[in-house]
Amino acid sequence: METTSLEPSLHTVKAVLILDNDGNRLLSKYYDPELYPSIKEQRSFEKNVFNKTYKADDEIAFLEGMTIVYKSSIDLFFYVVGSSQENELMLMAVLNCLFDSLSHILRKNIERRCLLENMEGAFLVVDEIIDGGVILESDPQQVLQKVNYRTDEIPLGEQSVTQHLTEKLALTTNVLQSAKEQIKWSLLK
Amino acid sequence: MIKKFDKKDEESGSGSNPFQHLEKSAVLQEARIFNETPINPRRCLHILTKIIYLLNQGEHFGTMEATEAFFAMTRLFQSNDQTLRRMCYLTIKELANLSEDVIIVTSSLTKDMTGKEDVYRGPAIRALCRITDTTMLQAIERYMKQAIVDKVPSVSSSALVSSLHMVKMSYDVVKRWVNEAQEAASSDNVMVQYHALGLLYHLRKNDRLAVTKMLNKFTKSGLKSPFAYCMLIRIASKLLDETEGGHDSPLFDFIESCLRNKNEMVVYEAASAIVHMPNCTARELAPAVSVLQLFCSSPKAALRYAAVRTLNKVAMKHPSAVTACNLDLENLITDSNRSIATLAITTLLKTGSESSVDRLMKQISSFVSEISDEFKVVVVQAISALCQKYPRKHSVMMNFLSNMLRDDGGFDYKRAIVDCIISIIEENPDSKETGLAHLCEFIEDCEHTVLATKILHLLGKEGPRTPQPSKYIRFIFNRVVLESEAVRAAAVSALAKFGAQNDDLLPSVLVLMQRCMMDSDDEVRDRATFYMNVLQQKQKALNAAYIFNGLSVSIPGLEKSLHQYTLEPSEKPFDMKSVPLATAPLSEQKMEMAPVATSKLPEKLAPSRQDIYQEQLASIPEFQSLGPLFKSSDPVQLTEAETEYVVRCIKHTFSKHMVFQFDCTNTLNDQLLQKVVVQMEPSESYEVLHYVPAANLPYSQPGSCYTLVRLPDDDPTAVSCTFSCTMKYLVRDCDPNTGEPDDDGYDDEYVLEDLEVTVADHIQKVLKPNFGAAWEEVGEDNEKEETFALASVRTLEEAVGNIISFLGMQPCERSDKVPENKNSHVLFLAGVFRGAHDVLVRARLALADGVTMQVTVRSSDETVVDIILASVG
Repeated sequence: METTSLEPSLHTVKAVLILDNDGNRLLSKYYDPELYPSIKEQRSFEKNVFNKTYKADDEIAFLEGMTIVYKSSIDLFFYVVGSSQENELMLMAVLNCLFDSLSHILRKNIERRCLLENMEGAFLVVDEIIDGGVILESDPQQVLQKVNYRTDEIPLGEQSVTQHLTEKLALTTNVLQSAKEQIKWSLLK
Repeated sequence: MIKKFDKKDEESGSGSNPFQHLEKSAVLQEARIFNETPINPRRCLHILTKIIYLLNQGEHFGTMEATEAFFAMTRLFQSNDQTLRRMCYLTIKELANLSEDVIIVTSSLTKDMTGKEDVYRGPAIRALCRITDTTMLQAIERYMKQAIVDKVPSVSSSALVSSLHMVKMSYDVVKRWVNEAQEAASSDNVMVQYHALGLLYHLRKNDRLAVTKMLNKFTKSGLKSPFAYCMLIRIASKLLDETEGGHDSPLFDFIESCLRNKNEMVVYEAASAIVHMPNCTARELAPAVSVLQLFCSSPKAALRYAAVRTLNKVAMKHPSAVTACNLDLENLITDSNRSIATLAITTLLKTGSESSVDRLMKQISSFVSEISDEFKVVVVQAISALCQKYPRKHSVMMNFLSNMLRDDGGFDYKRAIVDCIISIIEENPDSKETGLAHLCEFIEDCEHTVLATKILHLLGKEGPRTPQPSKYIRFIFNRVVLESEAVRAAAVSALAKFGAQNDDLLPSVLVLMQRCMMDSDDEVRDRATFYMNVLQQKQKALNAAYIFNGLSVSIPGLEKSLHQYTLEPSEKPFDMKSVPLATAPLSEQKMEMAPVATSKLPEKLAPSRQDIYQEQLASIPEFQSLGPLFKSSDPVQLTEAETEYVVRCIKHTFSKHMVFQFDCTNTLNDQLLQKVVVQMEPSESYEVLHYVPAANLPYSQPGSCYTLVRLPDDDPTAVSCTFSCTMKYLVRDCDPNTGEPDDDGYDDEYVLEDLEVTVADHIQKVLKPNFGAAWEEVGEDNEKEETFALASVRTLEEAVGNIISFLGMQPCERSDKVPENKNSHVLFLAGVFRGAHDVLVRARLALADGVTMQVTVRSSDETVVDIILASVG
């Protein structure tokens, strides 16, 4: 823990990670080119982070000289990484914004399957929240407005008749399956 | 349709990840449908997502592949599907560094950036800036300026942040946008405000005046964005730090006022800034500490963590300021977040009383295995500090440390523990045996070569002097059998020390040595053969010189001397005594173990101060024939602090001469000094041979002049001398603004304080790790003894301090530390006298009314003994 103060800069976030419950990368963005430049180093960092955090829902950790705030939901783990001198609450603001925005896009089904089906939404959300390590937006409402993303999944009650039949079928099984997974996970937890 | 197709794939595959078995080549194949008309947005979107997903997984795209995909993607700009377009921007950014000719999309992006769709404009700017270089930037400069002041916040923010990213590449262009950024800073939107502030600071950070003005403006007008406030606080505290502004400055008031902000983020930032300020008084810290105290009971883990981490830092410098929070910290000991609990405990260890130590240690040992290595190091450092504060607690600590040593952990963590145990052993003789036993156990299964060799070295040093040296032999010899070359070599050296110190162990050690001589490694064999031969002589003097006390020369000096020797073929053997001695004994550096958990930089071996002087002096022709530099003193001030000219002197001792280096600084901005010399009048038979003037001494640029003095040959005991010094120079008045000097000047002089040369200037400190052996090695041929009464000294510590600084010799065997509540003490000092004569001093001190001191001096030269005794008396 160094005592030197931070150079004033907008570059707050060093990395954003979304991992699944096996610690596999679903989405990772590294904003500091000096931090883990190779994919191998990134993977090993992610592994270390996951191993140290998946057991306890602690919200914050200090690893490899960096402050990491995190949150989990069912089978997903969200991480925001910053320097050890960074204001923890700023990192937390980023994490909360990411979580809330995704929660809205995924219609509260924050779980792996649902995320993977709306991966483009996730990419866009992350892009709107952080640009090159700078916090671009921290208000989920603003993020959603900017992304203006509509999920393919339309809740069961709102299906329009114009929807293609095959697609409808696929979606229904989809929703059912994700519900099943969700129950399974909540039981396992 | 494609969706359905995917589903099938997924069901047959394992798991539910539709991206799991993506093949790069297959995806690139699919990307061909980008060229179909009409564009199917849904399918294309899915393929783009796959491409980005693959890139994100670290899949490598070759230039050809990337370029092909990129060009196919450009077709998709024909579609008006919003999400598809946004994904195109992302793809552009991802492929910007991989593909060739990315600038082809410039016009499309420029169109989107200036178009009517607000949803496109911001992201288009960011994508555009990603692919733009300095020359292209000029072309879009007009649009960028407009975008920065655009009334749509997302557009303005995007332009500001992109500008910030481009400052590194094209500072000169972005600099021209300051006025627009200024306008954006007064925006109503919180993020725009924040980004504008960040860009403005970045453009102006080298201009302190501009930063001050900016701060004044914003601290007065107030901001809406909490992020911007945090930024302002950081800028303000940096400025305070640089200008060394007092705490009555308006900037400090601003930071303090932020403690009352309604946003926690800002309050915390302000508290953290105050805590990190150097030389803050307890009164100034108090408000910051009390907000942190409030945060300690926050339901948010991140806030509790932030608070306790900052309090931990305060406790390092001002433990008393934190005692008020002890109760809140106690509550955090059982926090479910182990990081918070660890920080709380280590903070309490710093602030709490001795009685609470046991309880806290018990608490922390219950979960130490759950915390990360970084925090374990924090714990070890806290323990290390605690051991110095409460030496009596060492048995509790030692137990705890040995348990930690057994657990898994990385190198930094283990090293911290080993260092801590070693320092405890050195501080407390009682703990030596337990400590060594723990370390022995540790090296039985230690994967870190550095630590193993370090411990073996310590065992060699301390082990032979314990009551039962034989029990360490097994541990050491095991290393010879099992470990890598470096560890084996260290083990052999350690073994030799046992053989040299303990006669009854010698036969067994010789047997073991013989086995080491058959080692597969050269270094190990060489060492074993060497030690074997030395040990077989059974001579104390040889043992002392070659086994206990290694070389005391400076390594860079030795390298240089050897190189010099090989350049000039000569019949004479190389003389070890011509090599300058090593300065700065190792034991002193360890005290300042910095509390840094993550030192990524490898420690560089800096050349010692003396090596630098040696170089500097050797470059002056007059001094080249003086031989190697023997010793350089610390600088002595010859003027008061606030005078016109500041002069300090460094005394360089050579074997027959002394060189006085005067570092002069001219603090008058309307004068240029020339031909500066310091004239010296010796009180004894010292002879001034030569002056080397400093040619020019302009305002505030230090310069050096030198005086060469020959030491008296006829009277070797004349070691001390007083010189009266006068600085003589030519003054040329000059214009304070331009520094342009007048044509003619006048001579002037300035009287300096007297300079003393003492016995300490003739003696170089040398650390003898084993003083007893060195004492025997020198022998009693030239031994002399005298008893003195030090009437003016009241305590043993004071007497020890005085003797060390007077003689300028190195205390050995930690004898500079006087145990508490003792009436007598023995001080061991070692050094080398000018002319390469070893000197050893044993001073027995007894405290009655005043201190009585019996001094015994041994040296290889009788005159030296006389000199020392004469100077003490």
